[in-house]
This record gives sequence, C-alpha cells and structure tokens, in this order.
Amino acid sequence: MIDIKNLNLKQIRDGLQNKSFTALEITESYLGEIDKAKELNAFITVTSDKAIFMAKESDKRISRNESRDLEGIPISIKDLYCTKNIKTTAGSKILKNFIPTYESTITNNLWSDGCVMLGKLNNDEFAMGSSNETSYFGPSINPWKRKNEDTPLVPGGSSGGSAVAVSGSLSAATTATDTGGSIRQPASFTGTVGIKATYGRCSRWGVVAFASSLDQAGPITKTVVDSAIMLRSMAGFDSKDSTSIDLPVPNYETNINKNIKGKRIGIPKEYKIKGLDSDIENNWVDGINWLKSEGAEIIDISLPHTKYALPAYYIIAPAEASSNLARYDGVRYGERVHRKDLDQMYSDSRSDGFGEEVRRRILMGTYVLSAGYYDAYYLKAQKIRKLISNDFDNAFNIVDAILTPTTPTTAFNVGKKFDDPVTMYLNDMLTVPVNMAGLPAISIPSGFDKDGLPMGLQLIGKRFGEDNLFSLASVIEDCRGTFSNPTQWWIEK
Amino acid sequence: MSEIITTNEVRHLVQSGTDSWEIIIGLEIHAQIVSNSKLFSGSSTLFGSKPTSQVSLVDAAMPGMLPVINEECVRQAVKTGLGLQAKINNTSVFDRKNYFYPDLPQGYQISQFKYPIVGEGLVTVDFKDKESIVVNIERLHLEQDAGKSIHDLSQDYSYIDLNRSGVALMEIVTKPDLRSAEEAKAFITKLRTILRYLGTCDGNMEQGSLRADVNVSVRKPGDALGTRCEIKNVNSIRFVGQAIDYEAGRQIEILEEGGVISQETRLFDSAVGETRAMRSKEEAHDYRYFPDPDLLPLYLDDDFIKKIAIELPELPDQKKARFINDYGLTPYDASILVADRVSSEFFEGVAKGRDIKLVVNWITGELFAALNRLNLDIANSPITVESLGELIDLISDKTLSGRLAKDVFEIMLDTKEMPKKIVEENGLSQITDIDSIEAVVNKVILENPDKVSELLEKPKLIGWFVGQIMKETNGKANPATVNTILKDKLNLG
Repeated sequence: MIDIKNLNLKQIRDGLQNKSFTALEITESYLGEIDKAKELNAFITVTSDKAIFMAKESDKRISRNESRDLEGIPISIKDLYCTKNIKTTAGSKILKNFIPTYESTITNNLWSDGCVMLGKLNNDEFAMGSSNETSYFGPSINPWKRKNEDTPLVPGGSSGGSAVAVSGSLSAATTATDTGGSIRQPASFTGTVGIKATYGRCSRWGVVAFASSLDQAGPITKTVVDSAIMLRSMAGFDSKDSTSIDLPVPNYETNINKNIKGKRIGIPKEYKIKGLDSDIENNWVDGINWLKSEGAEIIDISLPHTKYALPAYYIIAPAEASSNLARYDGVRYGERVHRKDLDQMYSDSRSDGFGEEVRRRILMGTYVLSAGYYDAYYLKAQKIRKLISNDFDNAFNIVDAILTPTTPTTAFNVGKKFDDPVTMYLNDMLTVPVNMAGLPAISIPSGFDKDGLPMGLQLIGKRFGEDNLFSLASVIEDCRGTFSNPTQWWIEK
Repeated sequence: MSEIITTNEVRHLVQSGTDSWEIIIGLEIHAQIVSNSKLFSGSSTLFGSKPTSQVSLVDAAMPGMLPVINEECVRQAVKTGLGLQAKINNTSVFDRKNYFYPDLPQGYQISQFKYPIVGEGLVTVDFKDKESIVVNIERLHLEQDAGKSIHDLSQDYSYIDLNRSGVALMEIVTKPDLRSAEEAKAFITKLRTILRYLGTCDGNMEQGSLRADVNVSVRKPGDALGTRCEIKNVNSIRFVGQAIDYEAGRQIEILEEGGVISQETRLFDSAVGETRAMRSKEEAHDYRYFPDPDLLPLYLDDDFIKKIAIELPELPDQKKARFINDYGLTPYDASILVADRVSSEFFEGVAKGRDIKLVVNWITGELFAALNRLNLDIANSPITVESLGELIDLISDKTLSGRLAKDVFEIMLDTKEMPKKIVEENGLSQITDIDSIEAVVNKVILENPDKVSELLEKPKLIGWFVGQIMKETNGKANPATVNTILKDKLNLG
C-alpha cells in the first residue's frame, strides 16, 4: 500500500507517469482507506468494482503511452452529480433508489480525461445545509478535532463528504457544488482548497438542481495547483446548459503566476461582521500581510449592500428550490404513499420523502412566490441581487481581487446548530454574496485557530477571472507554510 | 372592402323576455406548433405514436435535466405573430407556471407570463351577409404542452402518456371583442386558415392541435363588463358555439332571477351540450410564476425578424383582395376560395388562361359539392387542376354541353380519368355540325305535324321540340344550334 496520506493530486499524476506506482495500486490504496474510514461517513456509495475496472484501463493506457490529462487519478463525486448506472441520491430519501441512465457533463469530462471513480459522496439533502447534517444518510464527520477534545465536529456543508474525503485522504480530489458557500465553507472547515467557478463556467447539466441561478460546480482538493488541474477538466461550454458560457478554458495550472507585484487587493469593510471569530479576524490580517509582502497593493473598499445578501439569498434560493423540487412528487420518484385523493398522495409522499430542512425551504420558497407576496419578497430580493452585483462591479473597477475570511467561525459541534436554522444560515454570510453576483471565489487553508482547527481565507475574483485567483491563492499557500493532515483518529482508535 | 365596425358598438343582442343582453367573448387559443421536435428537447412530435415512446430525459423531468430552446419553434411563433399583423417583441422571458399534476413531470410548465414573444395584433373576420369585424389579439406566447392523462383504462388508476409533454404550443389570446357564438366560430375558422397558410399549426382540432379556452360574460348594453366564466379546453369549432350559447343562456337566466355570476372555470360536456363548474375563483391555482432560471431571456434581433417577414407567404386577406382585383371575383366567391390555401391554389391553377366565371362556378359548385358528398378534402380530390382544366376547355370549345360536362365530371370522380379520354371512349362529344342536327330537326318536325300546328298558338311548345331532338341525339346536340335551326325551320325567327 502506498502512503497516500501525504500525496496530493499533482504528485499522484507525476507518480503514475513516472510509473512509481500503478493506477490500480493507488486506487486500491484509496479503497483501503475508505474502508477504514466508515466513521467519517463521507461516502453514500463506494464503487469499488468500477474503480478497479477503470484503474486497470488507465494502466493499459499508461503502458501504451496513451495517457490522458488525469489518467488513473482516483477521485470521488458529490452525490448531486448524476452518474450513469450508479445510484445518485442527492442525500435524500426521495432519491435513495434513483439510478440515472445518464452521466452529468462534468463527470463525463473527468472520465474522458482518465479519472478513476471511487464513489459518491455524502452531502446535505439536495445541497440544503451548512453542516452535512440534513443528509438522509446521516452526517459526515470532520476529520479535524479540537485539541484535546473528542467531540465530533461538522465538516460544513453542503459538500461535507467532498471536503472530508480530501481532508481525510480518501480521494485525490472530489467534485462539489456551491449555491451559497457549499464548496468554500466545508473547504474552510476541513483545511482543503475549494473553488466555486464563475456562474456559467461549468455545465449544470446532470447535476441535481437546488437553486438554478446560483448553483455552480467546483472541485475540492489539497492544494491550489490540484484545484487548477481539476477545474480545467471540469469546466467548459455545454450546449445542453443554456446558462453555460462559450469561452475557452485556459490552462489554469500553467497560468499560475506567483509574481503578484502591483496586484490590487480589496478589503471590504462590510465583511468585518459581528460574530467574526477573533482568530479568524487575525488570520485575515495575516493574509493581507502575506499578499502585501509579495508586492500586492491593499485597498480598503466598500460593498455597501453586503448585509442584505443573506436575507435576499434566503428568498431567491428557496423560491427556485420550491419549483426545482416539484418533480419529486411520488408519481415518479420516491416511495409513493398511496392515497385515494391526489393532493393527499402528493402531500404524504413528499412529507415522507423530504427531510425537515428541505421541507422548510420548499415552504419558504412557495410562500415568497405566492400571489400577493411576490413583489414584496421575490422581486425585492432580485433588486437586492442586482445591487450586490453592482457593488462588486464597482469594486472591480478599482481592485483585481477581494480578500475576506471564508466563514465567521471554524467547525462547530455536530448537533450544535441543527435545531436553530437561522444561526445555521449565518454560516453563509461571507460566501453568499459571491453566488448572488455569479463570481468565482476560492477558499484556501490559511492557518489554525486556538483550538487547532483549520481556518480559510476567501479570494473573490472578476467574472471568469479564475486564473488570477489561482495565482493569488498560491501565494497565500506558500506564505502560510506547510499544512499538516488531521490525525487519523478514525483508524488509530 | 366592407366597412369595419369598431368593437365598442353593440352588434348583437340576445332577446330574453323584455330584456336584451350583450354577450362578451374572449378566446385563448392553444395552437400546437408544427415542428419536428419539442420546444425544449429533441424528441419527436409525431402524433399517434405508442404512448410515452417520444420522451427525452428533459420531457420526463429527470433530475439535473435542463431545457434548451428549439429555434424552429421560435421562428414559427414569430411567423405567426407577423401573420397576425402583431408586434414582435425583441426580448421575451420564459417563466415557470407551477402546479402539481401527474401529467406534468416537472411540476411546472415553462411558459411566458409577463413578457410574451408577440404583442398586440389583429384578425379580420368576414361574413357572408354582413360586415366584417376586426378582432384584436392581445398577445401570443410560447409554452410547453403537458402530457396526457388517460382515466378510462382502469377503475383504480390513471395512466399517463408523455408523448405530448414538452410539445410547443402558441397561446393566442384575443381581447374580449367577440359578441356571438357565430362570431367566435368565424374567428377560430379564420385564425385556423391563417395558421394553415403560414404552416405554423396544422389546425387539426380532433387531434388536439387547436384547443380553445372560452371566456364568456353577459351585460345589458352600455353596462360595464360582467363577471366572466372560463370554459376550458373546447376542442371543436361547433362545440365552441354550443358552449357559448349554453353559457350565455345560463348566465342570463341567473341574472334575470336576481342572482350573481360567480367567477369560475367550467367544462363543456359535449355529450349533453352543457357547461359544468370545474373550480371556483377561491379554488383557482396560484401558479407562482417566476422567470425560469434555466433559460436566459430570448433576444431576437431585427434581422432575424426581417428574414422571417420576407419569407412570409401571401395570407388569406391579401389573396382575397388579389382575387377580387385580378380575377374580378365577387368578395363572397373570393372568400370561399381563399378559406383554404389548397383551394385557392387549385383555383389559380385552373384559372390560368380560362374563363374565370366558368372556373369559379365549377370549383365552388360541382367540385365542392362532390367533395362534400364524398367527404374528401381538396388536397386529396380525385379531380386535379389538370383534369378540371381540360374539362373546362372542352366546354369552352363546345365539345361538351354543360349537361354532358356534368356527366363527364361524374365519370372523372369515379375513374380519375382525364375528360378527353372519357369523351372519346364514350363517344360523348357534342354534335355541333349543322347538317347532322338539321337532319334530326327535320325528322322530328315530319313525325309530329300536330305539334307543329299547335306550336303556332303556343310558342312555348318549342321546348318540347328541343327535348325531342336532344333525346334523339342522346343529349349530344349543341342546344344553341338546335334552337337556331328549329326556329329557322318553323319560321319563328
């Protein structure tokens, strides 16, 4: 078995090409780790047979010198991406037996580049949650723990399993999705790199929809270079997604330029929110100093409508979700609760198939779109969305990127906020504005708090400015120094 | 052109006891677009296929599926808009109309609510014996059709056929400009003619390609509009008339008894010719319309619209005017001929270089009567442009008398043979040479001396002589020649 704990995706790619190990060896090593990490509950489905088959195919290609860009690299997929002939649950009871007959565009891109599929990852039900606790399959558990404490912590959400699988070295990289912070917040909670691409950069075709105007894909990885490598494969125009943008995908990896002299970095005062952990605030200052020391110019900016982003988000996202989830009605999906009356059949099937948080958001969304409330809620929220977008446009007239913390706090205890949705929603305060404006943003591990839990910094870029984000993020990664792995308590115990 | 009556003028009143009532009617016509594939998917739109055999992943609303607009359907809608002399909107928006029903897999219908593709237009409707009216079109928008529910296959279950799910419809909405069942029927007939000329809808009501929602209210002349009831999904022109007459009668009866009309949606039961309440205003759906986030607004540039305008075929009103001008037809004959594009083309084909009056009489007389009798369309008429043309030539060059021509026509219907061939094979050509006719005339005179003397007192008896001569010649003698010779012989000149 290879010691995969200390390998990142790029090193695995190099090792496979140098024939230091085979795709089958590395795949079996990951499957072994996955088997030992059941306590982390990162996976909903492990596709061992498929993984071994794909790895053998990759080895054949490598031996014939026909390697593709990501040949033989074992990755895992958030269970929101439809995978052909493999169960795709979206973390919901209503889809617990759903086996798609089609492959999402993004996963198809990854397989075409040679990736090996290890399995499908846990997430909050229909990506609605910030702790992975709304999953029908139970919460995924953060590999990190507080110093001298055994309390299980949440990995964040909704892409909890995706973050845990990377942080716990159960996959070389994972795919995730981000509607209001679902890539960046779990990346920050688990000491991993997570990028949400510009809206329209990655195809949404075949990804179970939560809120269509906000949903966007991205990878979670150990390093910034890994993130660049993964996004290049995932991104691209797709004629099957009308909101996808027809722009060439640059080679993000080779475009990384650590010379950031003269880059202007905006620091928005509105992100110094009440409730921002002091360690995180200090870490933000560290980040500013790192970039400054490398020659970047730091500029104080204002994004005046920031405080309205979260309430507006919690109108728009549920509104779209209430409609997107209407298809799960017991007629085609989920176990139908048989009733003589059609409306009763719908209502009982959906009550049975959806968890509490999903039901709450469907109710909120239905309410804000109802006759008599539409103007006061949905329309007003759309206006706010425009103002938030304008704020960013104005800022980007002055700066090249914006630096903020990713989350107000580090990972919290499992169960702590579960019964208090509003406190839970506050987790997304610093990530949501980016989705509202459709911008790209990356979270980079940037240090540890006093309890030894990872913190993350967020860099927000111009539309389709992912290149620039990777360059700046690499600088932070370098300045921060090496980042340790979590103790593998799930094995040692 | 006949004078056009403004819509505010009272045109038609219903007398009930001492009161007179005005009926106000507005129509919403759902016209299925002629296109090879559906509005947002590549599935076939062929009618009559095996249930649920023409269903893509998008039509079945599989998780993660996304709609992509079919340009052909957009072109057809624009074409129809231009045919209705309507404003084409450069920007239109697709909205989701949310409601639950088993034949609606998405749980919403993609439609256009606030910003339709086509704005205000008009249709002129002609009548045989009164002035034309103008019916204003409020809008035309694009939307998806739902699947079909089949309730009569089982006692316990309903079955769903999704072939129709996602097929493109145009909803054409009139202003409340119609005042009687007759006007409504004439309007739909005219609209159907226009759609068929354009080739944007086949207008087959029995296949459901054209369906009408009928809004009916009544008022005393000069009063404000009364409360309306909407009769859903009426699927024949005859039923539209019956539904209006029944519904207006029902409302008048309620009002005359001092009652009030409650706004409601009703169904027309064609078996008993009555409308029945379906749901009241209180039970009406709240469709929670909002812009579909999966689709960008639809932008049409002026060139796109211009190109369609250039390719627009001649429409019935233009053709009618041309027939009156160029061929000297009466407005009534012209309107009969242009009511069906194929008839108008048939007419023009036959008319080329021939006696127009004769051509019109033969088409609107013999031909239409025969087709009616045989229950055939002009499109599959056994008489062709060529064969009718040849027949008319035979009349014009006096080979056939009118009577003989009718006999030949009957044989043409049966055998589909060309008239010349029929004439030759049956020896039917008219005797026009004077010598042959003179011989017969002489014979009849000689054989009937008593009738000759009677004739001196009763000149009308000449008809009897003509009859005898025609009998002798098996009807082949040219009646005009017979008349001349007879008068000459009997000194009646």
